[in-house]
Amino acid sequence: MLDRETVEKVALLARLKLSDEELATMTDQLGKIVGYIDQLSELDTDNVEPMAHAVELSNVFKSDEARPSLDREAALSNAPKKDDECYRVPAVLGE
Amino acid sequence: MSLVHKSATALLSEMQSGSVSSTEVCTAFLDQIDAHDEKIGAFLRVDRESVLAKAADVDSRRSAGGALGLLAGLPVAVKDLLCTKGQPTTCASKMLEEFVPTYDATVIEKLDSADAIVIGKTNMDEFAMGGSTENSALGQTKNPWDTSRVPGGSSGGAAACVAAKMAPLSLGSDTGGSIRQPASFCGVTGLKPTYGRVSRYGLVAFASSLDQIGPLASSVEDTALLLQAIAGSDERDATCAPNEVPEYTATVAKPLEGLKLGIVKEHFAEGLDSEVGDCVTAAIDVYKALGASVVDIELPHSKYGIATYYIIAPSEASGNLARYDGAHYGYRTSDTSPVEGEGPLVTMYRRSRSEALGPEVKRRIMLGTYALSAGYYDAYYVKALKVRRLIRQDYDAAFEKVDFLVGPVSPTAAFGIGELSDDPLSMYLGDLYTVTTNLAGVAGLSVPCGFTKSGLPVGLQLQARPFDEERLLRAGHMYQSATDWHTKTPTV
Repeated sequence: MLDRETVEKVALLARLKLSDEELATMTDQLGKIVGYIDQLSELDTDNVEPMAHAVELSNVFKSDEARPSLDREAALSNAPKKDDECYRVPAVLGE
Repeated sequence: MSLVHKSATALLSEMQSGSVSSTEVCTAFLDQIDAHDEKIGAFLRVDRESVLAKAADVDSRRSAGGALGLLAGLPVAVKDLLCTKGQPTTCASKMLEEFVPTYDATVIEKLDSADAIVIGKTNMDEFAMGGSTENSALGQTKNPWDTSRVPGGSSGGAAACVAAKMAPLSLGSDTGGSIRQPASFCGVTGLKPTYGRVSRYGLVAFASSLDQIGPLASSVEDTALLLQAIAGSDERDATCAPNEVPEYTATVAKPLEGLKLGIVKEHFAEGLDSEVGDCVTAAIDVYKALGASVVDIELPHSKYGIATYYIIAPSEASGNLARYDGAHYGYRTSDTSPVEGEGPLVTMYRRSRSEALGPEVKRRIMLGTYALSAGYYDAYYVKALKVRRLIRQDYDAAFEKVDFLVGPVSPTAAFGIGELSDDPLSMYLGDLYTVTTNLAGVAGLSVPCGFTKSGLPVGLQLQARPFDEERLLRAGHMYQSATDWHTKTPTV
């Protein structure tokens, strides 16, 4: 069953930060949803191939040639923080 | 009859004959938006000047005798998760409130080359997650039939604007019912095409193996017209099928002979509102009177549809929405204070996402992350993919016996605003009849088939084999030729 600790761990994996109140609500709601979803375990699916896609197309190729793509200015145009040529993010490496 | 009450097909032929101009048509719909959208809230943005400039351009090209596209001069509303170059595309999220795409979605390019005119961007549940448009971070759309009720969702604005005659045609997207259910709640026609029928390039992704763009309109005939303009392969979407696009508009009015319909027994079981059931049963009787034979069909795994969907869709969403990281585009937190034991980049990610995403989106990201996490991947995600195949096999078996499956779209008519918003599981259970269409990748059509005693529209769902839209639309048109539910309009 889903406990608060698991929910906190999942929140970190999902790169979310939940307040105490959100954690309580989320634990309760996810618990109910997962409880409902657990009904799938009653089905025997041992010999069933998983189906990831409705149209099981494979090997959709196109020719390997360079084409116009987004230029840097356009790619950076929506960035919350940028300089002339890069996205700016908080320091990743230590001092 | 005023211009806004005419069908898209009729407006098109009037523009072609010269009895009305695109400027007049667009002005009529823009005036309707001005008069009523404050109350309905279907649109997030309408740029009157640019609409009228495009209409004037179509008019001048028409009078110069130039060749014009399939939808020349017709206004089309667009759900705000389809990228429009240079125009904000918000997904009704605080995360993308300031986002301005640098390219057009393929369907927008297709509208453009058909000389259609985007009249505005419509409201939706945030990132298309929801069935009521209550999850929009940018406002609540109201149901034009009863403004205390939801329009459905996630394409709530898309359906409400057609119902309230603020646009003759509208593009939505359907991941688990998001076109069909609001169409049903608002009394309009809506089609979820087969997965792969319409390019998803430029559709902001929710669950990539389930998402499909489709048309909403006042009739099946108009739905066929819009599908004609947007269907077809696209090298920028490898999942978009190479199948030829039939002439939907040329055949939609031709009735089908020897129609075989299947009633899904499971769709008339416990949970179905009796008034909805009565309308749907009466609609099936109409088909019988038109010569259709009707048999009972079982989709034995349909009862697992919701559980399967609410693993697969959130799992795909948790991956797709990982791109909202506060770095490349979208919202970024202004709080740079350090958190002990956490690197500054992770802190920035977590704060940005938590401040800008709404509760339902967070819930689904959490659910999907959980289902994909170590120790649960096989038990949940792979299990759901296996059940998905069983669901598809049920459909394959059914379509060996019948042409179409008929039943309700939703177990109830439109519910009240706020009625289910604290109970996500109950909200999810309302998707019971629609999610399996997406899981199986088949086509589904919603057509108005009556009203509850309190005057709320009810929808009939027809589901068809993959890539059988041509016949599906003909079957829908047969029903609309024999009934007038789709011609009813709300008093706004």
